[in-house]
Amino acid sequence: MTQQTPLYAQHVALGARVVDFGGWDMPLHYGSQLDEHHAVRRAAGVFDVSHMRAVDMEGRDAAAFLGRLLANDVRRLKEPGKALYSCMLNEQGGVLDDLIVYFRSPGRYRVVVNAGTAVKDLAWIHAHAAAFEVSITARTDLAMVAVQGPDARTLTASLWDAAGASAALALEPFFATEWSGASGPFVARTGYTGEDGFEVMMPAGEIEGFWQRLLAAGVRPCGLGARDTLRLEAGMNLYGNDMDESTTPLESGLAWTVALDTPRDFIGRGALEAQRLAGVARRLVGLLLEERGVLRSHQSVHTPEGEGQTTSGTYSPTLERSIALARVPAAARDAFEVEIRGKRLRARVVRPPFVRHGKAVIAL
Amino acid sequence: MSNNVPADLRYTKSHEWVRRNSDGTATVGITDHAQHALGDIVFAETPEAGRTLAAGDACAVVESVKAASDVYSPLAGTVVAGNAALADAPEKINTDPYGDGWLWQLTPADAAAVDALLDAAGYQRVLAESAE
Repeated sequence: MTQQTPLYAQHVALGARVVDFGGWDMPLHYGSQLDEHHAVRRAAGVFDVSHMRAVDMEGRDAAAFLGRLLANDVRRLKEPGKALYSCMLNEQGGVLDDLIVYFRSPGRYRVVVNAGTAVKDLAWIHAHAAAFEVSITARTDLAMVAVQGPDARTLTASLWDAAGASAALALEPFFATEWSGASGPFVARTGYTGEDGFEVMMPAGEIEGFWQRLLAAGVRPCGLGARDTLRLEAGMNLYGNDMDESTTPLESGLAWTVALDTPRDFIGRGALEAQRLAGVARRLVGLLLEERGVLRSHQSVHTPEGEGQTTSGTYSPTLERSIALARVPAAARDAFEVEIRGKRLRARVVRPPFVRHGKAVIAL
Repeated sequence: MSNNVPADLRYTKSHEWVRRNSDGTATVGITDHAQHALGDIVFAETPEAGRTLAAGDACAVVESVKAASDVYSPLAGTVVAGNAALADAPEKINTDPYGDGWLWQLTPADAAAVDALLDAAGYQRVLAESAE
């Protein structure tokens, strides 16, 4: 039995190809995944991301609890509204999920976790919250859309009154704001596409109207297909593809999200320190295919230092080339070949992101 | 759902089409239904001239943004040519599946084998059944 977001009827009305994603009926595309991809790189697109789960964590010990729960350090969040990307680890240092945490005000945080992992995450969070004075509230009453692209902020802000629009447009990257009390929108200048834009949460009952007004303003509806090619061009990991419970952040290109600068005792720290001491054997790299073909996940990667595997791969609509993320022996530097249908094709190691703000940021 | 099924072609249940040419060769491609189901096509690999095919051989690959799909030879025979233009313009399979988007041309081992394939009405029934 799959679940549906409050925007499901809108997707169907727009003729979306609907697929099961993590137990949710979600739009894959509304006709052309390529056109949707380009709309986000060149103008503005909107994604229904209501399947993702917002979880509020509030109370005297909220910061201490998140300090125990997350590999990144919420005490880095000094200003209200600031957001932080982090992994949540198990004791072995394996990634349970990756998430965004927003600092709303002292003792009040909002965490947004992935759809497919939300049930597991909440069980884990509750199991570890007992020793802390913190309330955990899964905000199933909220819906969320991501409006992304160079025109996304101005088009979205045009739907709000002057005060709301100016608060939203004044946001720095990776900051959030909220207004008009408990029921007003929660607006964050965050995203998963490598473009500027907002992620907007509001009560589920208001999202249909908001969606329709966005479309009327010229924002193109975009499905999960474009979301995947956009995030991969932006060099962003997808949970379950590029990292999972069997890999640590150090093997997933996410060492920058692990805060070891203070003695804070977060779950998985001991395992990560041991791995670092022993030497991290594998790393996640970006690949650009130098021959014709399409990289996909789970293709074998051959290097002089040993075998690896692609974790995500796609045709990049912006670059018109094929790109991938791959987990390979840490010492491997060049002379990579990817095996596609029995043939070995040359690939070059590049440092993600591949695309930022509509432009290639790697040499082609 | 677009379901253009030209009356003058033959078809397979796996959504290939075959056109009988006046010189005795046959041309193969994927149907309008197939290109629509695959979505935006970004890469195609076609068989090389001279290759001998058995009926049912997976001898071409069409990749959309989403996934790779095998294309099976409807007929046994020898490949005359793959469609080289697809290397630079694989989207022709989307925009003109029965024309510029053809995949390969072959000389059938048995000219009568073409007649054993589905006609347009038969393929329409396959589509109708799969939609149920």
